[in-house]
Amino acid sequence: MAQAVSQHGHDHDHSHDHGHHDPQEMKLLGFWIFLITDVILFGTLFATYVVLHKNTAGGPGGAEIFEMPGVIAETFILLTSSFTSGLAVLAMNRGNVKQLISWLIVTFVLGAAFIGLEVTEFVKLIGEGHGISASAFLSAFFTLVGTHGLHVSVGLVWMLLLIIQLSRRGITDVTRGKINVISLYWHFLDAVWIFLLSVVYLLGVM
Amino acid sequence: MAQHSTDSHAHGEDHAHGSLKSYIIGFILSIILTIIPLVVVMNHMFQATATILIIMITAVLQFVVQLFFFMHVRDRTGNQPRWNVMALIFGLAIVLVVVSGSVWIMAYNGVGY
Repeated sequence: MAQAVSQHGHDHDHSHDHGHHDPQEMKLLGFWIFLITDVILFGTLFATYVVLHKNTAGGPGGAEIFEMPGVIAETFILLTSSFTSGLAVLAMNRGNVKQLISWLIVTFVLGAAFIGLEVTEFVKLIGEGHGISASAFLSAFFTLVGTHGLHVSVGLVWMLLLIIQLSRRGITDVTRGKINVISLYWHFLDAVWIFLLSVVYLLGVM
Repeated sequence: MAQHSTDSHAHGEDHAHGSLKSYIIGFILSIILTIIPLVVVMNHMFQATATILIIMITAVLQFVVQLFFFMHVRDRTGNQPRWNVMALIFGLAIVLVVVSGSVWIMAYNGVGY
């Protein structure tokens, strides 16, 4: 058997290698699969929203309560943070830990600004009596947008922990894998936000 | 030895896909694809159907931009199948069924009454 294998030594070695991938590659694939389950989670919440968005229980609809300037600001902030998290990965690939941490901090600050704007929007809506229990439309709205906000918040805490770990350990195989994963997560959240902007806000106010 | 060859391979892959240029192109495309629907909606430029189409098409295009320019969905090592792409297509199929199915059923929900 061993003899036969060594006949095609090179080819076989190669495919064997890829069969048992290095742990970081497998983690990245595993994270992709987690993201797909998240796609399905958001898909069901979008379906709920689309079905319920006209059921305002006599209250206001999206066109009356959405304030676009804040939403547009949130959009460009999150878009830019997606870009800067990509720049962080580029800095990591160059092996520059200082730049990597700097770009992560920029990404973190932008993410925090996004959450700040979103919380302000929510507090204002609730203060005006448009809380989550006011109508089916608002229940679906807060659940959908809030779930995304929760994801971003979790990402912020995660990023902060990674910044601390990077400053202590530098770029190793393990931290490299973690940065790849969180940047994937961050791009994904931006992609989800695009659909929130389109389906909830733009279709809401048009 | 085997470990080493995998490592250097993965390294090369990073450099091949994650270039500054591709991130900047992705960023610019994303901004353009965000501004188009915003301008169309805020200025009430078209009728409802056309507006909805523009919003959804630019959203899908921007999702594609994120996938290719930022998330490097095409990245793979050696001749490995693209499991992430297959999982993504499967996930999107489920989302399509859930969303369109829900809308379809609920649109006719009142018929029985």
